[in-house]
Amino acid sequence: MIATAPPRVAPITVRGVGKVYPARRGSFVALHDVSFSVAPGEFCAIIGPSGCGKTTLLHILAGLIPASSGTVEIPPRVPGRLTSALIFQGISTLPWLTVQQNAEYGLRHMRVSPAERRRRAVEQLRRVGLDGFVDASPHQLSEGMRQRVSIARALATDPEVLLMDEPFANLDEQNRLLLQDELLRLWQENRQTVLFVTHSLDEAIRLSDRVLVMTSAPGRIKSEVPVRLSRPREFSSVRQDPEYGALSAQLWEALRDEVLRARHT
Amino acid sequence: MSGRYRWLAVASPLGLLLVWEILSRTGVADPRFFPPPSTIIRTLATMVRNGELPIHIGVSVRRILIGFVLGSVPAVLLGLAMGLARPLRALLMPIAAAIYPIPKIAIYPLIIFYLGIGEASKVAIVALSIFFLVLLNTMAGVLGLDRAYFNIAKAYGAGPRSIFTTVAVPGAMPQIFTGLKLAMGFALIVIVGAELLGSDAGIGFLIWRSYQIFAIEAMYVGLLVTAILGWLATIALDWLERLAMPWRPT
Repeated sequence: MIATAPPRVAPITVRGVGKVYPARRGSFVALHDVSFSVAPGEFCAIIGPSGCGKTTLLHILAGLIPASSGTVEIPPRVPGRLTSALIFQGISTLPWLTVQQNAEYGLRHMRVSPAERRRRAVEQLRRVGLDGFVDASPHQLSEGMRQRVSIARALATDPEVLLMDEPFANLDEQNRLLLQDELLRLWQENRQTVLFVTHSLDEAIRLSDRVLVMTSAPGRIKSEVPVRLSRPREFSSVRQDPEYGALSAQLWEALRDEVLRARHT
Repeated sequence: MSGRYRWLAVASPLGLLLVWEILSRTGVADPRFFPPPSTIIRTLATMVRNGELPIHIGVSVRRILIGFVLGSVPAVLLGLAMGLARPLRALLMPIAAAIYPIPKIAIYPLIIFYLGIGEASKVAIVALSIFFLVLLNTMAGVLGLDRAYFNIAKAYGAGPRSIFTTVAVPGAMPQIFTGLKLAMGFALIVIVGAELLGSDAGIGFLIWRSYQIFAIEAMYVGLLVTAILGWLATIALDWLERLAMPWRPT
């Protein structure tokens, strides 16, 4: 564990957030009146059709782009910790940096001493099983290993909130299941607040305490579905749980119309 | 070029020289204009021994290197800035796009008018010729970078300075080297051209004077030296490229 900062987890509160992009004619409403909150230490999934503004929402929460309206409350910054760490889909590492330098990347901008930086990065790389690859270049790793580097980079900043944008979307199913195991294990140790965007019903149910379903564009929160499966969630026991089938059906019920609507626009 | 096909890279120039040698010796090609390579090599050896050739090479190489640094360093810096800052791009891009295709050798008389016939004008024509080439390549390198890299940097707290050093510079590096390699070829072409037009030393001068006094072998020596310099420059830049980008898959 990291001793410098007291373990603290924070809630996320989103109120009436909208995002409007200028378009060729008029404007495009990506998000409309999105409101929800995530409790401290909760693992919350967001699911929705392609193009519903899931990524836009996460980028607003991460402070990459401003919201057009509404407010986002993420607790104020604590020295030595990042408020929210974003894990990206697809390209997730900087290919010109080594694994170690990638893992240290967030700390580099946080007034953390080089020795402390190194220690924290190595610690997290060990947790994701990459301590043997500190000097490797990202291109020498598999897609799954690169994604673990980006998880280590996020965890090294000791974030209060972890924002994940379809981090396993580019992996094959087997590797995706392994990384889900790993993420669950890491989360069970630290209990960060997690907001996890995915388009996979399975992934949302397997990982989260609660699933928020988004509508097609303009994206809103359509409904929320609590996931009351017991933890730890072994793959085989989750899949055999009758509750799993019921949840799957319930989520698809909520999602199907939105996916159809997204196809027609 | 590696492994089993490497010998092809050696065989093709040797084969060409052999055909040339035969054509010239049998008189199919007029040996007054196409002296056999063996004669050219002999002339080259003589010119090296009497110290004439090293002087000309030294003069040209010095002009190329100084001009190359003076042209490419500001071009890389401005190219990075233009790639990162949209207003700067809007401001300067039309000018750069318009000046880029002008053959710089065509304004050489103007440069001589301002800087005189000496070293300054030679260095300036090299620097000017490569500046826009490196500038546009560098800018394209930044613009071609995936947005994801910038998003990673911003999401992890990088300010403008860190984005410059950890994303723009390393990200554009492959394209910067593409620009530098093209520029090195241009620098050679342009310095020989400039020395043809007005100089009392250098490889271009050697070629032109040899032609005027009908020392055709010496003229070919000048051409050969230019080719070898170009080849060596490519090797040097390839080596520098690997040194600058150890992270690239090989």
